[in-house]
Amino acid sequence: MNAVWTIARHEARRIFVSPLAWAVLAVTQVIFGWVYIGMLMQYLQNYQTADQYTGVSDFIGGGLYGTATIVLLLVMPLMTMRLFAEERKSNTLTLLFSAPVSLTQIVLGKFFGLLSFVGALVLLLAAMPAALLPAVNLDLGRLGAGLLGLFLITMSFGAAGMFISSLTREPTIAAIGSFGLLLLVWLLRMPAQFDNGFKSILEYLSLISHYQDLISGLFHSSDVVYYLLFTALFLWLTVLRLDIERN
Amino acid sequence: MDSDSLIEARGLTRRYGPNLAVGDLNLTLRKGEVLGLLGPNGAGKSTSMKMLTGNLAPTSGDVLIRGISLRESPQLAKRHLGYLPEQPPVYPELTVDEYLGFCAGLHGIGKKQRAEAVADAKRDCGLTHMSSRLIGNLSKGYQQRVGLAQAIIHRPDVIVLDEPTVGLDPIQIREIRSLIAELGKNHSVILSSHILPEIQAVCGRVMIINAGRLVYDAHIDAHLGKKGLVAQFAHAPAASELQFTGVQKVDIGPAGRFLLELADGADPRAELVNAAVQRGWGLLELRLETRTLEEIFVELTSGDATLREAA
Repeated sequence: MNAVWTIARHEARRIFVSPLAWAVLAVTQVIFGWVYIGMLMQYLQNYQTADQYTGVSDFIGGGLYGTATIVLLLVMPLMTMRLFAEERKSNTLTLLFSAPVSLTQIVLGKFFGLLSFVGALVLLLAAMPAALLPAVNLDLGRLGAGLLGLFLITMSFGAAGMFISSLTREPTIAAIGSFGLLLLVWLLRMPAQFDNGFKSILEYLSLISHYQDLISGLFHSSDVVYYLLFTALFLWLTVLRLDIERN
Repeated sequence: MDSDSLIEARGLTRRYGPNLAVGDLNLTLRKGEVLGLLGPNGAGKSTSMKMLTGNLAPTSGDVLIRGISLRESPQLAKRHLGYLPEQPPVYPELTVDEYLGFCAGLHGIGKKQRAEAVADAKRDCGLTHMSSRLIGNLSKGYQQRVGLAQAIIHRPDVIVLDEPTVGLDPIQIREIRSLIAELGKNHSVILSSHILPEIQAVCGRVMIINAGRLVYDAHIDAHLGKKGLVAQFAHAPAASELQFTGVQKVDIGPAGRFLLELADGADPRAELVNAAVQRGWGLLELRLETRTLEEIFVELTSGDATLREAA
């Protein structure tokens, strides 16, 4: 566990000393801020109708987090592309491979390091609705569930991206590959609109089917389990991929 | 297995598809030995080192580090191993201190001892004044030193260095060499290179690999420094006539030339001159020569035995 922690701290440090992380945080904050202001204005214009159906927490929180998910789908591949591809390209992966740590520890360490970035993103997103606290009575539980959902989805993006990154030595290829994979899993539900034998399976597998409720604060444990399984699957695949590399 | 052998490779073989990269490599290294792994480009040096350090699984065979199998318990075995690959595995965006701190943690050095381990490694590699510099801003020589510091930070029993002086200027090469010699006193070092004087300067033992096979394994002073006598005659005598005291073997070369292998301390030159005068051989040339590593290397890796005669 000590090794996992060491690698995680190292990874987090490398993420936050790179300008990429700060650029991503800055750009996404501008977009989220813009969406947030848009939501606020929309709410102010027709708060009477909005209040009847949803309420301010759901309207602004749910709306903001829904948009955030799509933006994160676009930027997470940029954050995960370096994890293994760049290390392989600059020959630093050797350092980890010749150290007395297991592949599982390496993969977990890198993943937890990445989660520190995901955590920072989610915290910044939490700050926006929280700015309303002095003026409005917010449903904190609902917002909390939304943030948890957002964290889980971003975590799944990260795990899938890390796996793709372990396949190649070109970070850009890792980025486009992860983006393609995520979008594909996201859209798995599309053919499920037509009634065929796979409808329920495809619907279950699609990333999109599980996030709508969570984002708006409805907490189903089956959705949480879906994201945890999704993450575990890709972490396991990454370990397998690294093991193949040595053979 | 000897109790004092720190690393032992048994029948290491690695194939890439149909190509044999390394075939049946056996080696044993004892405490305090510096072993030079020599071979032309593409001979399998790096592949061997990757297998010795657990970066590449051998197709067959196993590596034991202090008697611990690298195949069965890799984590335990790697504790006693320090490895500097061909390109130093450094992160350009970190400072020397940050990087070495991470390496110390990676090798399981506790928080309290970490600062001391980092300071020791920096001192040994002459990096103390570079502590807070970004590795990416250091020269190639200093990056190499950082790589070396990383390999010794946990004071491993076995240090494996893959071409540690490639791309350095002559002064840096000398510094790194003396550092390796210093390390060799307390650790066992395996060093690869295709620069012959380097091996001769720092290694106590040398192994030559050619086309994936081990072709030579001896202590530097066993064959090196072994004297041979080259003689050329106008009227060549029979080889049996040249069996003077101390002559172990007589090789016949072209144009009446002979190469006499001598036992340690033997010098039959006076005897040979006398015989040549008495029997009318017409001595044209007589010279005592020592075999250098370069001659052995060329002889074993070129696959052309006559080259030795030319040398």
